Formats: sequence, structure tokens, C-alpha cells
Amino acid sequence: MTNASQPIPVTVLTGYLGAGKTTLLNRILTEDHGKKYAVIVNEFGEVGIDNDLVVDTDEEIFEMNNGCICCTVRGDLIRILEGLMKRKGRFDAVLIETTGLADPAPVAQTFFMDDDVRSKTRLDAIVTVVDAKNLIARIDDSPEAEDQVAFADVILLNKVDLVSAEELAAVRAEIAAINPYARVIETERCSVDLGEVLDRGAFDLTRILAVEPEFLTSGHHHHDETVKSISLTAGDMQPELFFDWINRATQEQGPNIRRLKGIIAFENDPERYVVQGVHMIVEGDHQRAWKPGETRQSRLVFIGRDLDFETLKAGFEACRA
Amino acid sequence: MPTLVPHDQDAFVVACGFLGEAAVFALGDGRIEIRDGETAKTVEAHDGGILAAVFTADGKALLTAGDDGRVARTTADGASETLFEKKGKWLDQLAEGPQGAIACAAGRMAWVRLANGEIVEFPHEKSVGGVGFLPKGLRLATATTDKAMLHWVTAKGAPVDMPWKGAHTGITTSPDGKFLVTTMQEPALHGWRIDDMKHMRMTGYPSKVKSISWSAKGRFLATSGANAAILWPFLTKDGPMGKNPLQLGPRDRIVAQVACHPSEDVVAIGYDDGMILAVRFGDAAEVLLRKPSGAPLTALAWDRAGVRVVYGAENGEAGVIDIRA
Repeated sequence: MTNASQPIPVTVLTGYLGAGKTTLLNRILTEDHGKKYAVIVNEFGEVGIDNDLVVDTDEEIFEMNNGCICCTVRGDLIRILEGLMKRKGRFDAVLIETTGLADPAPVAQTFFMDDDVRSKTRLDAIVTVVDAKNLIARIDDSPEAEDQVAFADVILLNKVDLVSAEELAAVRAEIAAINPYARVIETERCSVDLGEVLDRGAFDLTRILAVEPEFLTSGHHHHDETVKSISLTAGDMQPELFFDWINRATQEQGPNIRRLKGIIAFENDPERYVVQGVHMIVEGDHQRAWKPGETRQSRLVFIGRDLDFETLKAGFEACRA
Repeated sequence: MPTLVPHDQDAFVVACGFLGEAAVFALGDGRIEIRDGETAKTVEAHDGGILAAVFTADGKALLTAGDDGRVARTTADGASETLFEKKGKWLDQLAEGPQGAIACAAGRMAWVRLANGEIVEFPHEKSVGGVGFLPKGLRLATATTDKAMLHWVTAKGAPVDMPWKGAHTGITTSPDGKFLVTTMQEPALHGWRIDDMKHMRMTGYPSKVKSISWSAKGRFLATSGANAAILWPFLTKDGPMGKNPLQLGPRDRIVAQVACHPSEDVVAIGYDDGMILAVRFGDAAEVLLRKPSGAPLTALAWDRAGVRVVYGAENGEAGVIDIRA
């Protein structure tokens, strides 16, 4: 008999064409890290590692019949993951490579919307590979490139050897303006300690330790990006008001929201409450007790396209205890 | 008292059934295990995993489809032959039809292999979620996104679309050929009366329906996905419309597998904790066939005589229960 209970971690690799996604994928597959991966790709042939399980798929997105217009999922992934779960034991983790033009939302939402996928796997992190030389131009001409940055937990800023210090600072500023919460790792030819990319637990509520934006130390950007983030802070909150507001806010602004993440201090509650979400999907749970001496601060961040910051801020403020 | 003989395996049980006296298990790692009394045979049927498996209606062979792109036909003596091959394709849908035809699918393509070995292709705009056949003539039924379809296999003629919004993940036709029913990505079934395309919505499930089974003569369609086996009546020309389904074997667990008895109004119900009950339709009388073990059942079937039940679970637990006292 086999042990079928442990959820399989899944890493999603996104990145614009030519950014270096396949290079990273090949590194993960060839390096000796003692783990076996099942890999779900869109173009067969670019990777071909015999002892790993490589599955070719056509991205197929459909809307859930639940009245939520942004609740799209990847139907092909549901099927493939279901098939892979019949072969548990053959691999330790799953990697999903998306096409360069893919919106990461349906992939991520598949892990929240489908009960079977949710019970057998866990979304570990969205890793986006970007190219230091071309990112700013891509963001200008493609909303997908901007969304891939907005959704990322980890951003591999690749090909840093091909740009000047000024160009690098400008790219970093651009990334920070869109998504200051992702971990940015500068690389050449995707040369990175794979521990920085794999097993991040980015969607694991128990592992949300802090929600701190990456503060810029240099560079100044004038770019007019449409995806931005807002960080809201307060002290204790009233739970009834907060839940009512977050449900309403994500219903109203869900299509524009890319990611949200927060740690909330509820009045008279000795435990930290953590929330995270994708579009209209929000999940939350008590995480651990506030430690002695730890400041009871509520912080909630939204990353999104054309978000109505004023309304979000006013709504959040109104939940103060 | 039913007697249980375990045949535990070390892989996910995709399907199980009987070939003659032998209990047969199709496993997620590509093997087929055959158990007949004291003898055990292993068939390495697929280089990879078995994604779908069906026993032929004559009870003589097991058809399996795998991620090696093959459909294999295996008999009780352990002989296995390849019926169909498309390299690199994950064949995850499989059905046996009349006149020796088989259907399989991967991604957006469905194929029918005729008895003479000829292959007919059926391209779809979206993924094929399920394949099946009407009982008469040679018509392929497929489930896909936003519709089910009926295709002529050898005769000329445009396919018939049966629209219904949503992702359809499986398909079955009633034994009398009058109804088409799909399982959906949502926790629901959808049905059509083929004559006039009248819709039948079968909803109210707390989880996806993954196992369905027609009772003897197609009088009821038993389904998993709820806290009891849900059996929709197909006794009249209106099918289940406006009628309440039977709810058999209610528990605080989810039904994972259902298998109707080949001749009696009895259903074997396998739960997500491994328990198995046999329940009679008329008076809902229950007989415990297997105690809960913890692991969700993934396969359940009767033998042709209706005296033995074979089961398999996602952790490889498997066995045969003989209900003859």
C-alpha cells in the first residue's frame, strides 16, 4: 500500500518568451537535488529529461459556473493532475510551465476552485522569470508581462549581465512599483540556488510571516504602469466589519485584484489572523498567537490593475476597532 | 456473513473487476494484477500509468488506456495486445462500443478504433472530457466544454451538438439509448433526452460526481458525490424529471464509488473512508461488506453472477468480498 495523504507541492513557472523560463526548467530537471519532478509543459521538445515525467498540454481555460466572472480555471490541469495522482510515489513535486502569454490567474485559481486538486496538491509559489534587458519594453506592450510580475511570489531577474547598473536599477524600480512583495533574485542564465525557488510555501497561510514591501534604496522610476500595489495598515480591527468589507471589496474589485495578502489583529483575539487571495478568492485562518512584545498591527496589501485605492483605504479604515 | 479476501496492491487502483473467476486490478503504475485463487499474475500492460480502464461487456477482457499513448486489451491468461497507439498522448478516456469498436481520447481529440483496426478521428474545439457509445448503431457520444456531442462513426452526417454551459467531464448513455448523461466540473449531472434534447438537471451534490452505474435494465442511475448513493429513476420516458432520487446508505461520509448489482435492485456503495455497504433499493436494507479503513475507494465492481464484489482504493488497498454465506 502507498502513502496517499501528503499533498504534492506545485510550482508554477511563468515568464515572457525569451526571458529564460526553459533554462530554469532545464536546470531544475538536470541538477542533482534529490527530487523527482512531474513537469507539465506547453511545448514539447524543449525539455526532454528521461527520468522525469513530462506531460504536454494545451492550456484550456474555462469559467466556473458559479456566477463569478473571474473564476477561471485550467481544465487541462485538473485532468492532468488527476492522472498524476494515480502515479503518486513516482515524483515528489510538480512543475507547471505556462506559455509566455499566459495569465497566471487561471492556473493559481485551479488550486483553490477544484476540490480534488485542492485536496491532493498544494500550490507552492508562482515563480516568474523576467529578462533585465527587455522587461520594461515588454511591460509597455503586453499586459500579460505586467500580470506575470504582479502575480509572482519569486521573480528571477535574469540576464543581469547584459545591462548596465542604471538599467538594472530602473528594472528593479519597475518591478517594485508593480509588486514590491515578491522576492527578487538577480541571476545570469538563471543561475540560482534552487532552494530560493522551490518549496517557498508562498500560499501557505501558516508561513505568512510578515507582509513587508521591498523598500527601494536606489533608482527612481517614471514609468506609468497600470498594475500597482497598496499597503494598508492599522491597529486592531473589528472582525465582523472586516469580513463583511473584504468580501464586498473582493466581489467589487476582484477582476482587478491580482494578489492580496495580510496579517490582521482582531480586537480581543490573542491570535494573528492571516488572509490571502487571488482575484475574488479569499481564504483566511488563525495562524498563531501574537508573541509577547510583538506589535499588534494589521497590514493588508493588494496588488492589482486600476485598483480604486481610495475606496479600498476608506473601507479598510472603517473596520478599525 | 460476507467473507473478505484482501489483495492489497502497492499502487493506486484505477479499476477492478472480474475476468471469469479471476479478480483483476488495473493500477496507476501501469500494471494489471490478476488474482485467481492461489495464483497471481502480473501484466506490465503500460510503460507509464494506466489512466482509464473498462471491462468488456462480454466479460472476457480488460481494456486499459495509458499515458504511454496506448490502449491495451488484456485477458485472464495474462495475454495483452495493443489495440491503438498515439505516441506522446495521455489517453485518459476510454469506452467500449457495439460491433467491437473502442473509443479513446486525449486532449481535444477522440478516436474510434473499429473491429477491423480502422481508426476514425474526431477533433473537438475543446478537451474531450468523456467518451461513450449509444447501444445501437455506431454513434460516439463525447463530453466537452459547453456541450455533449453525438457523432456518426461510419455513416456520413454532421455531429449533433447538445449544448449546456459548463465543463463536462464524463458521459454515459442509458442502456435503452434514450438518454445521455454527463458528469460536470460542478457538483452536478446534466442529462438530455436524445429524441427532443429536453434537458435534465441533476444537482444538489456536495462534491463532484466521479462514479456512476446503471442498475439492471437501466431503471436507475446510481451516482457518487453525496453523503448517500443518489439513484435517479429512469423508469419512464421523462427520466428523472420532477422525481426525487433514492438516497441509499446515508452516512456522514462522501460516497466515492457505486456499483449496481447485475440483476437485482441492489447497489454496492464505497465511501471515502473505505467502507462498503450493499443496499437494496426497495426497503433500503443495508449489509456491511467492508469496515472503514481510512482510504477512499477508487474502484468497485460486481462479478457477472452478482455474488462477489471487488474493490480498490487510492492507497492500493484491494480485495474481493464474497456475499454467499
